[in-house]
Amino acid sequence: MELLGYILQQLVNGLQLGAVYALIALGYTMVYGVLRLINFAHGDIFMFGSFVAYYLIAKWQMPLPLVFMITMAATALLGLAVEKVAYKPLRAAPRISLLITAVGVSLFLEYFLSLNAIFTPNYIAFPRPFEVVDYDLSLVAITNIQLIIFSVTTASLLLLYLLVYKTKHGRAMRAVSHDHETAALMGINVDATISFTFMIGTALAGIGGILYAFAYPQINVFMGIMPGIKSFIAAVLGGIGLVHGAVLGGIVIGVSEVCVSAFLSSTLRDAVIFVILLLVLLLRPSGFFGKRREKV
Amino acid sequence: MSFLRGARRFLLVSAVAYILVKALFLSGAVTEYIQQIVLFSLIVILASLGLNVIYGYTGQFSLGHAAFYGIGAYASAYLTHLFAVESPLPFIPVLACAGLFSALTGYLIGMPILRLRDDFLAIATLGFGILVKVLLDNSDRLIEVLGGSRGFVGIPRITNLELVFAVMVFLVLVTRNLIFSKYGLFWQCIKDDELASIAFGIDTARMKSMAFTHGCFLAGVAGGLYAHLYTFLHPSNFDFLKSVDFLIIVIVGGMGSITGTIIAGLLWVGFIEGLRIALPSGMLELRWVFIPLFLIILMMVRPRGLIAQKESRLLGIDRAP
Repeated sequence: MELLGYILQQLVNGLQLGAVYALIALGYTMVYGVLRLINFAHGDIFMFGSFVAYYLIAKWQMPLPLVFMITMAATALLGLAVEKVAYKPLRAAPRISLLITAVGVSLFLEYFLSLNAIFTPNYIAFPRPFEVVDYDLSLVAITNIQLIIFSVTTASLLLLYLLVYKTKHGRAMRAVSHDHETAALMGINVDATISFTFMIGTALAGIGGILYAFAYPQINVFMGIMPGIKSFIAAVLGGIGLVHGAVLGGIVIGVSEVCVSAFLSSTLRDAVIFVILLLVLLLRPSGFFGKRREKV
Repeated sequence: MSFLRGARRFLLVSAVAYILVKALFLSGAVTEYIQQIVLFSLIVILASLGLNVIYGYTGQFSLGHAAFYGIGAYASAYLTHLFAVESPLPFIPVLACAGLFSALTGYLIGMPILRLRDDFLAIATLGFGILVKVLLDNSDRLIEVLGGSRGFVGIPRITNLELVFAVMVFLVLVTRNLIFSKYGLFWQCIKDDELASIAFGIDTARMKSMAFTHGCFLAGVAGGLYAHLYTFLHPSNFDFLKSVDFLIIVIVGGMGSITGTIIAGLLWVGFIEGLRIALPSGMLELRWVFIPLFLIILMMVRPRGLIAQKESRLLGIDRAP
């Protein structure tokens, strides 16, 4: 019984991490869908979200709903700026040039924001705007942070689903992800749709940044690298370009990371995630839900 | 013999360069520190040449080149520790073993991941780089002397100017001969159009694996020289930023140009180390702000390279023997 409780507890903790990964993975998968680009800077935009939330909460004591809205707006603006300045001039360039640019943007954001005049390279304690409460449910314990993470993630997913499948903008996004030229012929403004997709994806990364900082209240300018890479792996695992694939992939990666730390060794957890990536790329490169093989 | 005859010009230029550098070292005009940087820049050129074979010539994008450099460094340092090697001559087989070990790793990891293309290959090699770093960080659990995250200490200092020059001249010539052989042509075919290469009957899987293995061999040898120059290894010396370093040298020098890699390697190491001397310590962090900006602008204006688009006739590496 105790062992079962322990396992269930790890699953809940894994779900908490997985929900955040899912939010970040959605940004990767949407941008990859419309631009065929791995946006390396996405993890750094996630980090930027955590820092914006830190300033809003620690310096100006803003209420939580306002924190979420301003952070989403800030990360969306940063995403838009990155897209306009760095990626748009390379629309016709080979994919590798675009990828190298993305690596450059990522490094630039990390090192520019780590300057002493801006965020400093140090770890900063993130103040939670509420007390942590444990709810004991006999077998497992759930904290209010986990409840917040689950509910915010679920709400974001629902809204995103409605946006992608029930609105005109969503239809434009799906059309662009199939074929730029044909979408343009049908009267869709492709550039505007790509920018819109970037903004939605980076706003989700902003939410992820706040939630991640609630759960692991130590922030640093380099904190986005590993969650960024792992979320990308999650997107590949679920089938890149697919919304539900990113969510499932995020949860699988989050749960396996927590379980490896709990049952094997915490130093090996990053290694295990990359072994998963290699296996997925080899055995099923289109992911769980992917159909088209030529993407890889 | 034909190997030497076909390389007369390059050997001559290298001999002149060697005499000039040696004279400079002996004259006492440069400090020990600068001498070390000169050797280091040659080592970096060798490793970057490996990446140029993989990416510049064959078009297989790798973000994990530093991992193979690190594997070579650790393997050679372990071997010199095991056999108590302390002089350059017995060090040469150790260096060859380190290169071969790195090449073998590259061959094995290349078999599955070279089936991937472009950005997926980039992620897979990046993942491999992080995997290697995690393993090196935990290496002391398996073999105590590797030091894990404390670093590998007490490596004898064997690398000297003669050794670096000899190894580099030899390997640059081997690489040039490979590139001007039919295999080099196959590699460049694959870069230009993989599908058409298959249609021509090129065994693309084998050719990609060959280029990748050769590139990893060069990185491994360079790593071995590096380990015995600085006498201290730490897993963080072989992380993602180091891979970006090699990538920048290949892109600045020009994709598919040995001449460009040599010039860019010298300029790049000189520039980075020059900044270390010229800038006050507080400003040093600024360089990683400007390097990515430089990379972004380079991709907009000259995505295929900055310095050279073809080989230099002066160096004598513009054609096969």
